[in-house]
Amino acid sequence: MSLMSMQGVSIRHGSFPALSNVDFAIEQGEIVTVVGPNGSGKSTLLRALIGAVKPYEGRITRQDAMRIGYVPQKLHIDPTLPMQVARFLALPGRVSSEARATALHRAGAADLGARPMAGLSGGQLQRVLLARAILHEPQLLLLDEPTQGLDQPGAAAFYRRIEDLRAEIGCAVLMVSHDLHVVMSASDRVICLNGHVCCEGHPESVASAPAYRALFGSGTGGALALYRHEHDHEHDAGCDHDHAHNPEAAE
Amino acid sequence: MTLLDDFIVRAVLAGLGVALAAAPLGCFVVWRRMAYFGDATAHASILGVALALAFSVSPFLGALIVALAMATTVSVLSGRGFAIDTMLGVLAHSSLAFGLVAVSMLDGVRIDLMSYLFGDILAVGRADLLVIWGGAAAVIGLMLWRWQALLTATLSDELAWAAGIDPRREQMVLTLALALVVAVAIKVVGVLLIAAMLIIPAAAARPLSSTPETMAAIAAMVGGGAVLGGVQLALVLDSPTGPTIVCAAALLFAASVIVSLLRGRAADPR
Repeated sequence: MSLMSMQGVSIRHGSFPALSNVDFAIEQGEIVTVVGPNGSGKSTLLRALIGAVKPYEGRITRQDAMRIGYVPQKLHIDPTLPMQVARFLALPGRVSSEARATALHRAGAADLGARPMAGLSGGQLQRVLLARAILHEPQLLLLDEPTQGLDQPGAAAFYRRIEDLRAEIGCAVLMVSHDLHVVMSASDRVICLNGHVCCEGHPESVASAPAYRALFGSGTGGALALYRHEHDHEHDAGCDHDHAHNPEAAE
Repeated sequence: MTLLDDFIVRAVLAGLGVALAAAPLGCFVVWRRMAYFGDATAHASILGVALALAFSVSPFLGALIVALAMATTVSVLSGRGFAIDTMLGVLAHSSLAFGLVAVSMLDGVRIDLMSYLFGDILAVGRADLLVIWGGAAAVIGLMLWRWQALLTATLSDELAWAAGIDPRREQMVLTLALALVVAVAIKVVGVLLIAAMLIIPAAAARPLSSTPETMAAIAAMVGGGAVLGGVQLALVLDSPTGPTIVCAAALLFAASVIVSLLRGRAADPR
């Protein structure tokens, strides 16, 4: 049985259809990247998986007692709320100090435990959010646009960390990205979403190709890959995202 | 219970009950930027008092029901894309106005409007004490029970959902607690100053706190100190007690700000 699956799921925001008839499943230990333009329903998909929005049609099923780790795209903490990293990790369930130390170490935030949340940089906050998501060794790790705001070496480093985490914890990873063409090379599958599932395929590991080197430099160490969209259907006029199939468009 | 025969003792106990309940709730009001929301709920409760007097039921009950209705209305509307500050402005002031008109139309019942607007802590009786401490205990119990979930939902709706917490339910918990605090605080500081008892102690506690829990504890101490100091001061100055308590809280807030500024300078000499 899949860890989590959607059958024929449609979701509306008011009268606007955010997702139409989406079938989706993720298996144990699998890394899936969901790409799509802004407004394509990527975040809605994640929100549906954590239960924050209910489908108007279709079913969402998950394995019994499955543990989910969720890394939100951003987190704004009001400056009036005093909150240190260690306290943040103990929400909503208390954790032992060993579990906390392990999670912080795995997320690359080992030295941040005593810091106030308000003083963290963007990258530090993201590692703390990741530490919180893996505290209870989840079976499924959900990440909402984790590399937004990172440069390509930064994104590559983050992807390598996720790959290591999958190896250590054995969790499945579902990652959402607005970058249509450059994805994590360790992705087992890439799904292109635009209100519906446009296409699905495997990333091309082209890290050794000279053209790729020229595009990304050598600092990314093969963590990034290109995804070629193979669409077998025509979009109607309402769908205007760019499906150029040449790597140069990945800029 | 000869101690309770003294009206000053009863006043202090009533004030402490409100201060203790208002402290943790006030922290959430500050963290979630609900200050105006607290105001609207408190102002609406005067309408509840008027209705309760018209139908000869307990003003506490009337205030509680109308405050709850108001807080629920605001919670529901705020999720529907209304401009929240405009709507709160409309609801807060119009409900206060309707309440004042309703009170004036009550025939035969000569009520002292000022005692509901600014509180009448020196007239607290034993039955009032029971209501105040009962309500305060309910609010504190609710806060302790839901503390972790409330904090998670305050940080982020999505983190709450992912952890199996329904943030809408936590919002309802706060709404209920707010209505309870408003209802019990009418006698102590009156409807116009309830929001002050929620916000000022929490704001005073912020610079002195590094965790949410210490902030709630310090807010309780500031609130309690303001009650003790305010009641004393009101006796000396022969001033209205409710507003004097709020003045004492404001002085403690000023002291906290000064301390934190001095500390900041010591840590960061320029």
